[in-house]
Amino acid sequence: MQYLVSVIDDKSSPGSSDRRPAISEFNERLIADGYWVFAGGLADPDAATVIDNRGEQPMLSDGPFVESKEYLAGVWVWEAPDLDVALALAAEASKICDRKLEVRPFQ
Amino acid sequence: MSDVEDAISRAYRGEWARIVASLTRRFSNLDLAEEAAAEAFATAVARWPTDGVPPNPGAWLTTTATRKGIDRMRRENQRVGKHKEAQMVFDNAPPESIGAIDDDRLRLIFTCCHPALAMETRVALTLRMIGGLTVAEIARAFLVSESTMGQRITRAKAKIKAARIPYRMPSAADLPGRVSGVLAVLFLVFNEGYLATGPGTGPVRADLTAEAIRLTRLVRALMPEDGEVAGLLALMLLTEARRTARISMNGELIPLDEQDRGAWDPALIAEGHRLVRERLAAAAAGEAPGRYQILAAIGAVHTSARDIRDTDWSQVVALYDQLVNVDPSPIIALNRAIAVAELDGPRVALATVDRLETGLNGYHAFHATRADLLRRLGRSQDARAAYDKAIDLAGNTAETANLSRRRDQLQ
Repeated sequence: MQYLVSVIDDKSSPGSSDRRPAISEFNERLIADGYWVFAGGLADPDAATVIDNRGEQPMLSDGPFVESKEYLAGVWVWEAPDLDVALALAAEASKICDRKLEVRPFQ
Repeated sequence: MSDVEDAISRAYRGEWARIVASLTRRFSNLDLAEEAAAEAFATAVARWPTDGVPPNPGAWLTTTATRKGIDRMRRENQRVGKHKEAQMVFDNAPPESIGAIDDDRLRLIFTCCHPALAMETRVALTLRMIGGLTVAEIARAFLVSESTMGQRITRAKAKIKAARIPYRMPSAADLPGRVSGVLAVLFLVFNEGYLATGPGTGPVRADLTAEAIRLTRLVRALMPEDGEVAGLLALMLLTEARRTARISMNGELIPLDEQDRGAWDPALIAEGHRLVRERLAAAAAGEAPGRYQILAAIGAVHTSARDIRDTDWSQVVALYDQLVNVDPSPIIALNRAIAVAELDGPRVALATVDRLETGLNGYHAFHATRADLLRRLGRSQDARAAYDKAIDLAGNTAETANLSRRRDQLQ
């Protein structure tokens, strides 16, 4: 079972910015234990562009699809046997990256 | 009720949770387990009147439900390989051991009470899957509409499946945190039995109170050091002890002050008092008691009085004061006011009760309490209106009978 783990940051009270080494170390462990599928940090939401080409021509707009105080700062994809395992890892990961996480299963 | 109907309802009470739990283990799918169990009972309703009641109704229902489940699985999931399907068809292996306590239903409770589900959802799901209550009965217990409750349960089952919430006992490290949610659920199951709300059920469903007590005993065996588990068990025992004295021959609720205390069950009271004493000792040693321990202590005060006039009401009010600090819900405040009426009189109590209207206007006990206080204050017309509201909202037949008689006795 694969889970998307979204790292949620908050513009008004951002998580600490010195977590990179700890996260790398955690990723090494995820790989060693067979949970790691993918991980990536995201640039600021201001760097996003939304494109909609359902009409006659592509419409581009500057910025994220939804403006909010909380935003997606990065993602993990984990392979875990069940939600309890994913949640136990997420509890650890939340501490390590100093941010709130959303754990959501793939279909 | 015919013999066949009786056999079906007995099987339903006795076997529902067991069947759902064993099918959940077999199919790893709660929704499928529930649907298959419901189909098996529907088949029994259709066949038993002509074919006769099978010699072992539980085994018949389990076999039928398993077949229904396999049929459903084949229809719904074409991707299941022949090998896996064959394994499920012939899987008669006993459940894998989960340590000292091996009970499918308890395992199912922990799944239904998973912390990734909202608290109200956990309760609803457990009442449906373990208690076997209908969606309508659960909706009434939680003061929401039947469609809201139906959606809540459907969403919960979908999440358990999609997110793969496991069907097993939590690890030893997770257990304490998982227990408090389970206790809340067990208490609500007990209350649904003690004050049954289904229109087709009797005023008390001893099967549910017994099931809640049985499962609470199991949790206590698993966690003998947990004060709230002991507290909840004591509370249930001290309440259950009064069960038979609480309903008259003609199905009317007998309030505490009119009960024949000689009819209370002395063995249950003794066991409940033992547990309360154990928790009082722990509290004296500095362990702060939770809500179930305080409620059990209140139950112990009531069951210690040989006569209603011997009740130590100041002790009851003091315990409610403690409870309000732990659980500031309006229902606790309402129950505290009932004790205050005995200590400081109905006028003081009514002033408190009236302040709770916003939160409790849809709750029958709020209007029943007001009606009683208004009656004692000689305000017959107001009392009558309050009794009418209480009767409208009450789902329990014995309560309705008692409220109606009290209303009709008004001058």
